[in-house]
Amino acid sequence: MSRLSTLSDAELVNRCRAGDGEAWNELVERYSRYVYAIAIRGFRLSDEDAEDVFQDVFTRIYTRLDSLRDTAALRPWIAQLTRRRCLDAMSKSGRVQTVSDLGEEQGSTDMTEVEEAYAVREALAGLTETCQEILDRFFAQDQSYRTIANELDIPAGTIASRIARCLGKLRDELEGRKPASGGSRE
Amino acid sequence: MGAQYTEERIGLLLRLLPPAPVAWVRAAQELPAARRTFDDIVSRAEADIAFRDALAADLERTLERAGYEPSERTLSELRKLYADS
Repeated sequence: MSRLSTLSDAELVNRCRAGDGEAWNELVERYSRYVYAIAIRGFRLSDEDAEDVFQDVFTRIYTRLDSLRDTAALRPWIAQLTRRRCLDAMSKSGRVQTVSDLGEEQGSTDMTEVEEAYAVREALAGLTETCQEILDRFFAQDQSYRTIANELDIPAGTIASRIARCLGKLRDELEGRKPASGGSRE
Repeated sequence: MGAQYTEERIGLLLRLLPPAPVAWVRAAQELPAARRTFDDIVSRAEADIAFRDALAADLERTLERAGYEPSERTLSELRKLYADS
C-alpha cells in the first residue's frame, strides 16, 4: 500500500495539482482498475482499444485536472471521461453508427455492477492487509491456493478458511456502509 | 444493504475489478515525465528551425542525438507533429 492510500480524493487532487509525483502515482493506482473495468466489462472493448482508452483517459485526467471544480467528485468525472472515450472507440471500430445513436447509457447494466464492485473494493480497504491480499489474489487475480500460500508465506491448508473468514469480515464492513453513490473515499 | 451481499455476490464483485496490466499502469504513472519531455521538445522545435527540420527528417535519430529518451507514446505524438507532416 502506498503512503498516500489513505488520502481522500480531494486531498489527492490537490497534491497532484501542486505537482506531487507520488500523488499522481497513487491516483493512477487507485483508479486503474476502475478505468480498466469500465473499458473491458462495461463496454467490452478489445485489449487494444482498452489500452488506448486507458492511456488516453489518464492523459486527459493529467492535463485537465485543473478544470475539475469539485475535487471530491473525482470518480464520477473519471467515469464520464472513460465512458466517452469508450464510446469514441466503439464508434471508430464500427461497433456503433455514431456516438449519439448510442447515448451515454451504453453498458449501463454492467456499469452499475462496476460501480458496486468499486464500493466493495473501498470496503476491502477497511480490512487487514493480509485479508485484502488474500481476497484480491483469489478473486481479482484468480490465483490458486498454492500460489497465494507461497506468495504470502501462509500454510496452503489454511487458505480456504482464511478466504471464508475474510469474506465474512468484508460483508460486515459492507453492512456498516451506505450504498455507493459515486462519491469519493472520504 | 448488507442483506444483498452474500459471500458469492461479494466474490463476484471482487472479480469484476481485476488489476489493469502492469505496463499500462506504469505508462500512465510516467505521464508527467513524458509530458515534460514532449513539451520541452516542442518548445525547442518552435525556437530552433534547424532542430525542427532535423526532427522532420529523422525523428528518432535527432532525439537521440539531442539526449532525449522519449516513451513510445511520446514518440508517436511527435511523429504526428513532425515526421508525418
